[in-house]
Amino acid sequence: MNVRELVKKAHETGDYSDLIAEIPYAKKIGVTCERFGDDVIFKLPANKSNIGNPLLPAIHGGVIGGFMELSAALYLMMFQDVPKLPKIVDFSIDYLRAGYYQDTFVECELTRQGKRVANVSIYAWQKTRGEPITTARAHFLIPEN
Amino acid sequence: MDKELTGRAQRFLDELAHCMDIGLSVSNVTNDGKTTLLLPYNEELIGNKDTRIMHGGAITTLMDTASGTSVICSLDDFEICPTLDLRIDYLKSAEPDKPVYGFAECYRISRNVVFTRGSAYQEDINDPIAYCVGTFMRLGTEFTPDYFRTRVLEGNRS
Repeated sequence: MNVRELVKKAHETGDYSDLIAEIPYAKKIGVTCERFGDDVIFKLPANKSNIGNPLLPAIHGGVIGGFMELSAALYLMMFQDVPKLPKIVDFSIDYLRAGYYQDTFVECELTRQGKRVANVSIYAWQKTRGEPITTARAHFLIPEN
Repeated sequence: MDKELTGRAQRFLDELAHCMDIGLSVSNVTNDGKTTLLLPYNEELIGNKDTRIMHGGAITTLMDTASGTSVICSLDDFEICPTLDLRIDYLKSAEPDKPVYGFAECYRISRNVVFTRGSAYQEDINDPIAYCVGTFMRLGTEFTPDYFRTRVLEGNRS
């Protein structure tokens, strides 16, 4: 099944697990996603093997980065009719608060889509959306159809 | 290679569950704290099944860890230094079935902040797949529990 068909089926059923299962890294860290009207929220459930700071304990900063980057790519496939996983050009992340060993949520916003490049802003939080743990932005190359 | 610092780096990595989970290991640390880590090729980390290339997230983890380890190995005493920010430029795709090396060094250590730079490469450090700059916050030794400090600096001598 190609990505467009997977996205179409997922939008119809509200079940995005088949789409996410196409990406082994997403399965590895445990990403899920849920649709709320036109919005989608990605979730990284607390998972022991994602810990990177044993003292707090907290999730590895690289995993939070990977989760945000992956969410942005999925977001482009889901809402911008991008037919396969878009290639990332650059990724910049600010760590604002500790990302505790808890469920983490991500929301994406398309800042600008040109013909060949898309700019996505990405926000991650745990306790409440008003207290982000990290913010990031990424550029992706949009694959030609 | 600096034997003491390489040991310190490996003991630090051993404390990070996710790094153990994806098989990160220390390849080399020089006496001035320049750090090279090794990420073995791992099918669980693939981003695109068609190309079998590891996802950028795995490279982010490699570079965050390499930079953070370089910080630990560049400071005289052990302090916890969380990442403030990280920027990664993906210059070209990694090739499947080959390990990725993450090199990082500290190019400025100030009282509060450590500045790092580095690159990810497969066969040749002069032909990188990604470039990375980061900043790390120094929390000071008083915020670092003694038992953890001892474990990383001296290992388990019991």
